[in-house]
Amino acid sequence: MTEEIIIAGFGGQGVLMMGKIIAYAGIMQNYEVSWMPSYGPEMRGGTANVTVIVSDERISSPILNEYDTAIILNQPSLDKFEKTVKPGGILIYDPNGILRHPERKDISIYKIPATEEAAKLGLTKIFNMMVLGGFLKIKPILSVESVIKGIEKSLPKRHHKLIPQNKEAILKGMEIIKLV
Amino acid sequence: MSEVKLMKGNEAFAEALIRAGTDAYFGYPITPQSEVVEYLMSQKPYETTGMVVLQCESEVAAINMCYGGAGAGFKVATSSSSPGISLKQEGISYLAGAELPALILNVARGGPGLGTIQPAQSDYFQATKGGGHGDYRLFVLAPSSVQEMADFVPLAFDVAFKYRNPAMILSDGIIGQMMEKVTLFEPIPRRSLEQIEKECPWATTGKKPNRERNIITSLDLDPISQEKHVMKLKEKYEKMQAELRYEEINTDDAEYLIVAYGSSARICHKVVSIARKQGLKVGLLRPITLFPFPYKRINELANKVKHILVTELSLGQMVEDVKLAVEGKVPVYFYGRTGGAIYTPVEILEYLKTKL
Repeated sequence: MTEEIIIAGFGGQGVLMMGKIIAYAGIMQNYEVSWMPSYGPEMRGGTANVTVIVSDERISSPILNEYDTAIILNQPSLDKFEKTVKPGGILIYDPNGILRHPERKDISIYKIPATEEAAKLGLTKIFNMMVLGGFLKIKPILSVESVIKGIEKSLPKRHHKLIPQNKEAILKGMEIIKLV
Repeated sequence: MSEVKLMKGNEAFAEALIRAGTDAYFGYPITPQSEVVEYLMSQKPYETTGMVVLQCESEVAAINMCYGGAGAGFKVATSSSSPGISLKQEGISYLAGAELPALILNVARGGPGLGTIQPAQSDYFQATKGGGHGDYRLFVLAPSSVQEMADFVPLAFDVAFKYRNPAMILSDGIIGQMMEKVTLFEPIPRRSLEQIEKECPWATTGKKPNRERNIITSLDLDPISQEKHVMKLKEKYEKMQAELRYEEINTDDAEYLIVAYGSSARICHKVVSIARKQGLKVGLLRPITLFPFPYKRINELANKVKHILVTELSLGQMVEDVKLAVEGKVPVYFYGRTGGAIYTPVEILEYLKTKL
């Protein structure tokens, strides 16, 4: 099993953190993992993306030009990465702020209104966990338990009280994701 | 029990410094290696192993503090990224001239000048051919994974002390910034002052009545005696050939050989697997040490392959060493991106196919 994922959106949406949690969860299940961020003079509101690879084999290139799954959280990222999904692959996107929706016919496209749902529940800070839940529903390569352990590893101890909320968001995400 | 962690390359290097019994780290922040000093400050090894961690006033100060520490026999390290490494070159040349062991990490970025903060491999010449002035070489390791960012720390120190020569780990923004699983080695305690005195009889540990003064210098105004000193260094670099390391992937039946190091070797490993699926017999040789360089092995492989492709995130630097190794036996092609731009596996494969 090798899953090559790109997660892309605005800086501040928790894109890098989502990738980190997937990587940690991968370790919990004894997979090889790599996490390659776009780093640079990025800031809140700028674009951010991370390539995460989870595999049962030694991972070769951490830099890819096509992906099994693209998780897209804004318009510039959709414009940039829609074409990089492998034929037969998966594109998950949050329609919030999207004017031009994905058009490809040779991939499976899923919509997850996480921004809207998180605002309704007053959980805007962990909307990324909702998206992660949606991903896990479509690609159950990692168990929710491993992901929770991944969150424990990624969050400083003082934030551990928020873990039940994160779990709730993941489960909600699993419910609200829909095939387009 | 060894520990498995998810770490950035820079953090793994910093953690390995603590575990390798390093006595002092002197640094100055610069992207993409700032996590080294950041991680060390967060771990506070000065409260546990007693390791000194100092953010200096400049890169120049940091390398000269290394000179001072190394002269007294301590295990010292510094790190920076390309422009900062340029600033350190005078100090590195002095370390080599005075035969002092030290570890220098370069998490390279695009240049020349202040350049960009994105990854590049355009410091190969600087690392392997001298960099500073004078006839000298560094022992140079090129990690291609986060694991190697940790594992090469004790290795570099061992070689540095064995030959009394500075060692460099030449990494780049990809390996420094990416996170991977890393298995950390068991901590080695820092040496006691008695041990240092015993293991480094040349060090300035305080003059004892039964021996002459130890003098640490790179200055010798008498040309005959300076020549003798440089010839002694030359012999050392020849002996250092014993430290050669490289990795081969699918070279047994390869018709086409790729030579790449560090992050490029990772990207080219993927090229090999895609090419093999398409029925192209491509193999990869990854130099792990850049000095010493695997000239002999590349020369042998040149007897069996149709051509060799060198890829680097530069305009082509290591390719010159590969050409020296090949001695014109087969064509040597080059594919590079530079200035912080990164090639993808498919991009390299497409280029390779134009040369079939």
